[in-house]
Amino acid sequence: MIEVLRIAGAALWAHKFRALLTTLGIAIGIFTVGVVMAIIEGLNTSFSEQISSLGSDVMYIDKRNWFQGRAGWLLHRQRRNIGMDATDYILERAQYISHASPRIYQRGNLKYEDQSLERVAILGVHADMGVITGVDVVAGRYISPIDTKHRKAVAVIGHAVRENLFEFKDPVGRKMTINGRKFLVIGLLDKQGQMLGRNLDNMVYIPAETLLKMFGRRWRNITIAVKASEPGLLAEARDEVEGIMRRYRKLRPGEENDFAINQQSSLQELYDNATGMLWMVAMGIGSIALIVGGVGVMNIMLVTVTERTMEIGIRKSLGARRRTILWQFLVESMAVSAVGVVVGFGLASATALFIQKSTPLAARIPPTWGLLGIGVVVVVGLIFGLWPAIKAARMDPIEALRYE
Amino acid sequence: MSPGGATGNSLITFQGVTKVYDMGKEQVHALRGIDLHISPNEYISIMGPSGSGKSTLMNIIGCLDTPTGGRYEFEGELVCDVADDKIYKMDDDQLAGIRNSKIGFVFQTFNLLSRTTALRNVELPLIYAGVPRRERLERAYHSLEQVNLADRAEHRPSELSGGQRQRVAIARALVNNPAIILADEPTGNLDSTTGQEIMALLDNLHHQGNTIILVTHEPVIAAHAHRTIQILDGMIASDVLTTNGQAGQL
Repeated sequence: MIEVLRIAGAALWAHKFRALLTTLGIAIGIFTVGVVMAIIEGLNTSFSEQISSLGSDVMYIDKRNWFQGRAGWLLHRQRRNIGMDATDYILERAQYISHASPRIYQRGNLKYEDQSLERVAILGVHADMGVITGVDVVAGRYISPIDTKHRKAVAVIGHAVRENLFEFKDPVGRKMTINGRKFLVIGLLDKQGQMLGRNLDNMVYIPAETLLKMFGRRWRNITIAVKASEPGLLAEARDEVEGIMRRYRKLRPGEENDFAINQQSSLQELYDNATGMLWMVAMGIGSIALIVGGVGVMNIMLVTVTERTMEIGIRKSLGARRRTILWQFLVESMAVSAVGVVVGFGLASATALFIQKSTPLAARIPPTWGLLGIGVVVVVGLIFGLWPAIKAARMDPIEALRYE
Repeated sequence: MSPGGATGNSLITFQGVTKVYDMGKEQVHALRGIDLHISPNEYISIMGPSGSGKSTLMNIIGCLDTPTGGRYEFEGELVCDVADDKIYKMDDDQLAGIRNSKIGFVFQTFNLLSRTTALRNVELPLIYAGVPRRERLERAYHSLEQVNLADRAEHRPSELSGGQRQRVAIARALVNNPAIILADEPTGNLDSTTGQEIMALLDNLHHQGNTIILVTHEPVIAAHAHRTIQILDGMIASDVLTTNGQAGQL
């Protein structure tokens, strides 16, 4: 076996340039698949990190489905708004829900002394939201039921707001203004990072009732975040919440839901579909390139076998069996495709590294590449090398020796 | 009655061996019934004009080809037995096995692998015999010593003269300790001086106990052998014992 490898290596070395050209097709195939894999792998890593901030046991009840296409979005927009009372309605009736809080979205301008921040996300929430998002309060406290009840002008701020507005000062106990109205900063949240392009640290949480009073409650749609009492009971919680919401909306049996329950998993599904498509396209291009490359390998092996007819005759006259000759040429065709795989992977690794350095995407080379590479070498080498190798193995030694 | 048959202990036995090439419309009878016995340590030359069938005969002896009729035994082992009511032929791999372990070929055109060193060329039959690497290299080197080319072991054929190449080929033929050495026009591509050197080497190998079959059309070369077989039109025209170049009809 070692001898066979040595012979194949020597034969390839004798035609280095030809081997390299031949394997270009395979290299391109591997390169395409490799780069796409690296990008998807990078996306996967950052995506699961990002959506984990949604919380796997948290559901967001909204009149519209977050993951609908444009047509669905327009349709859902015409649905009735969900009101503030839905939060308590759910909490009073649900068994599998431990926490619930409204989540009202508004943009506002912040000011502290001579620093100001424009169009910052202001979220109106209840005390339960602190548990639902699971973010630590690193200084001060979170919004309390008393704050909401008395519509207090208090705010919990994200890390980026603190940095940009208060610089290095401790923000807790200081007063800032939101759209000109004074708010007391009562807490500072831990760093959260990005989610789908949104900076979670550049946010201000205030009591929901305070927000409604200040920005108005008419035409306002409210999202309700609910947390399952146990992560394992998420499915039960979902069914229960659906039933409660149908009663809340006074829907008759058979009538369609006019609200949506949004979950991290539905986002994951959407994402999987999108990357699945990308994956299939890459596999398609990769397979075509591999077939083209494989035909190239077959062509060059046929040329090689013809060129080396004399050598085959000599080897046969010295007692090489059919199987020995067959393996000699199969190993050689596998070696040719191995060159392609190595070149392709080399280029793909370099590209992945380049993407990693020059973009925020963590393009990564998964360890499964090694296996894929070996698989490609074996499959392409065997399939496309088989016919030339059989041709070589079946040669008649006398004819072969006579060949000029 | 052929001379080899008298000794009883037969290395090669041909009984009515024929070879017919089917060329579509017509059939070419290359061999028309050859009976032949060859004993160990014989030194035989096979002569004949081109088209006489001597190449076919040599290919069949060398197990590169199989007859279309007759019986062929090699060291008592049946290689081929074809008659009207029976067909036995060794398959390709069995024939390869015989070529590998029993026969050493020396060709007119040397037939060395050009990209490979002399030592590696000599090593080839041992690779196919499955000899372990260490022993292989030792035996290949020893074989090169026998033809006085040990100092050229790492040279490629292109770096060697014609005579040296043929000596490498002879070393390769010897390396597996074959039962016969089949030399097909071994001096055909060499000048007469080098040719004489090669013949001296073969003579010496015969003295050491090897069986040698020479195929040649040059009487001077054939005279080195102790028995000369003339082939004509696919049949043995004469089979005579010769000593020191003197022919003696049997």
